[in-house]
Amino acid sequence: MLEFSNVDKWYGDYRALDGINAQVAAGEVVVVCGPSGSGKSTMIRTVNRLEPIQGGVIRVEGRDVHDRGCDINALRARIGFVFQQFNLFPHLSVRENVMLSPVKVGGMRPDEAEALARELLEKVGLAHKIDAMPANLSGGQQQRVAIARALAQRPPILLFDEPTSALDPEMVGEVLAVMKQLARDGMTMLVVTHEMGFARDVADRIWFMDQGRILEDTTPQAFFTAPAHPRAQRFLSDVLRTDDVTGAMVPAGQMAPAAHAARCAA
Amino acid sequence: MLDILHQYGVMFLIGSWPNGPIGGFAATLILAGLGLTLSFPIAVVLGLARLSPIKPVRWAASAWVIAFRGVPLVMIIFWAYFVVPLLTGTTVPAFLTALCAIVAYESAFLAEIVRAGIQGLPGGQTEAARASGLSYAQTMRHVVLPQALTNMLPSLVNQFVSTIKATSIVYVIGVNEVTFAAQQVNSIELTHALQTYLILAGFYFAACYALSQLAQGLERRLAQRRLGLA
Amino acid sequence: MAFDFAFLASGNYGALILGGVLTTLRLFASSWVLGFIVALLLVGLRGVPLRPFQWLISLFIEYHRNVPTVVQIMVWYFGMPQVLPREVRLWLNHGDTEFLFALIALSLNVSAFMAQDILSGVRAIPATQVEAARSVGLGAFSALRYVILPQAIRMAVPPLVNRSLILFKDTSLAMVIGVGELTYQVRAIENLTFRSFEVFAVATGIYLAAALMLMAAGATFAKRFPADFRS
Repeated sequence: MLEFSNVDKWYGDYRALDGINAQVAAGEVVVVCGPSGSGKSTMIRTVNRLEPIQGGVIRVEGRDVHDRGCDINALRARIGFVFQQFNLFPHLSVRENVMLSPVKVGGMRPDEAEALARELLEKVGLAHKIDAMPANLSGGQQQRVAIARALAQRPPILLFDEPTSALDPEMVGEVLAVMKQLARDGMTMLVVTHEMGFARDVADRIWFMDQGRILEDTTPQAFFTAPAHPRAQRFLSDVLRTDDVTGAMVPAGQMAPAAHAARCAA
Repeated sequence: MLDILHQYGVMFLIGSWPNGPIGGFAATLILAGLGLTLSFPIAVVLGLARLSPIKPVRWAASAWVIAFRGVPLVMIIFWAYFVVPLLTGTTVPAFLTALCAIVAYESAFLAEIVRAGIQGLPGGQTEAARASGLSYAQTMRHVVLPQALTNMLPSLVNQFVSTIKATSIVYVIGVNEVTFAAQQVNSIELTHALQTYLILAGFYFAACYALSQLAQGLERRLAQRRLGLA
Repeated sequence: MAFDFAFLASGNYGALILGGVLTTLRLFASSWVLGFIVALLLVGLRGVPLRPFQWLISLFIEYHRNVPTVVQIMVWYFGMPQVLPREVRLWLNHGDTEFLFALIALSLNVSAFMAQDILSGVRAIPATQVEAARSVGLGAFSALRYVILPQAIRMAVPPLVNRSLILFKDTSLAMVIGVGELTYQVRAIENLTFRSFEVFAVATGIYLAAALMLMAAGATFAKRFPADFRS
């Protein structure tokens, strides 16, 4: 479905991506993690040509994304992208936000597009907000609308660039829930995130990146229990922390079991 | 001062209409309004050209903007007085000459407002639009320009105020607007120059102050809307 | 149509243009300096907590912002002599009254805009700066002088540069009362020789050169004195 072959990218003298070789198969959920500045966001943005590359090839459904001759708009319509900052269009209602691409790019009839919008908003749990303006929605709601907007393109693959990093902690869960459901439904997903719990629950593979290179490309189980690369080991020990009561390692961002139990009881 | 206003008020407002062409402050507003309206489409094209990735287009647009912002309006009016009859081959009424000068002059300032409006949008808007497959033209039409134009509204009203003030110089080529009317009144009422010119100032003040307040109100409403309060 | 620029070098015409440029520069420089001083005065007076005072300052600023510059020049030149006592009028007639009234009108006009530019710079400074200044013991005036204004003026540099450019162009308006600046001379030469294109071109070139120099000077100044004091 998605293939990186020897992808290189420079910003001037700074090497942002260094010989990236990786694949995402249809139906796979791949999580990309790593320290800040490792190139994760840059890499995912090269997939739909939001960023150019200087070397190598990126293929989506067999087509070279960075080929100057290809119809980039048609290709982008086949790739769903969810931004960290949501980037909803503030002058359009939720309905219009979701309908824009299917109608203007996909050539769908407005009434068909509206029905599709309703169905997708239902799926993300925001059917009742169909007439709202983005400014009146919370961050978590906006991001879920953004996911619906991406789904409206009926793309074979969805890209997520740190979808929960800009959200207040209490809203992270609702967005992750939508993403987990999509994963269970068989959507092909490439997700850049710090949410290790999500990785553990639904990812088929984890790519660990540092300094523009993929250092680990393995299953979540292998990654969390026995990371091979020393840099990955250091990253995991920074990101995970020990549960105060049981002493078990818990992904940061997820509540420790004892604390969680206390919260539920309160 | 009140008797001058009483006696010549109509002259200040509409000149010698219906016994002559429309003049006075009405002509001022028509000239300013028409100038801005005709100039706006040119300004949108120029503003987009200023942001174009194609170098020659960007340079040409920048040259136009710098030229018309660096030269006094009175010189541009003299140029128009000289050039427009040459281009059309016939004599042109002063009003039209002044209109051409104002359209060219305002296009440069409006182009800067358009450019600032487009650049003021978060980059994520264009990215999200392109990422969903919309072309450059579609992105401009459905996502960027609608937002940019709304954001520009207070600046556009302020530019209208500037244009109204700018029309005060066109009387030098014989255009019949309110400053011309004041000169006429002064030539009749030689000993009351101060009152005459203060009345002239008063007309401009009333219109421009009201419009500036409108612009400020628009600015406040836009700021509130951005915070999701309106 | 043959264009001949040589005639401008001959006879009086070159001298007229040069004279025009010098008058323009004189008018620009003196109105700028006077205007800036008055603007600083207005900014200082804005701190005085007397209501009628503030109302007068607002009236001053709003009048000069909403009335066209050329009309302001006319009010001074045609209107003021009417209310001045006869002796003053006679004394004025000996000197260059046109230049004087143009200078007064332009200075007051630009001072209102400059004051607003500086005040918006002041407003952009966080209130915590004033608090900090007061807590080290500076009085209101000293706080303004040593802490607020230096920062405010730096932030006001871009709008002030823009305003200087506008002032330079506005000197051309003085021609309506007969001040012999560049545009006036252009008109005069045109009336004498009917060689409109050449003389317009020269004057336009001079104004453009001045505009570019002002913009370059402004950019250098802004770089040398950045608003965030980063060296």
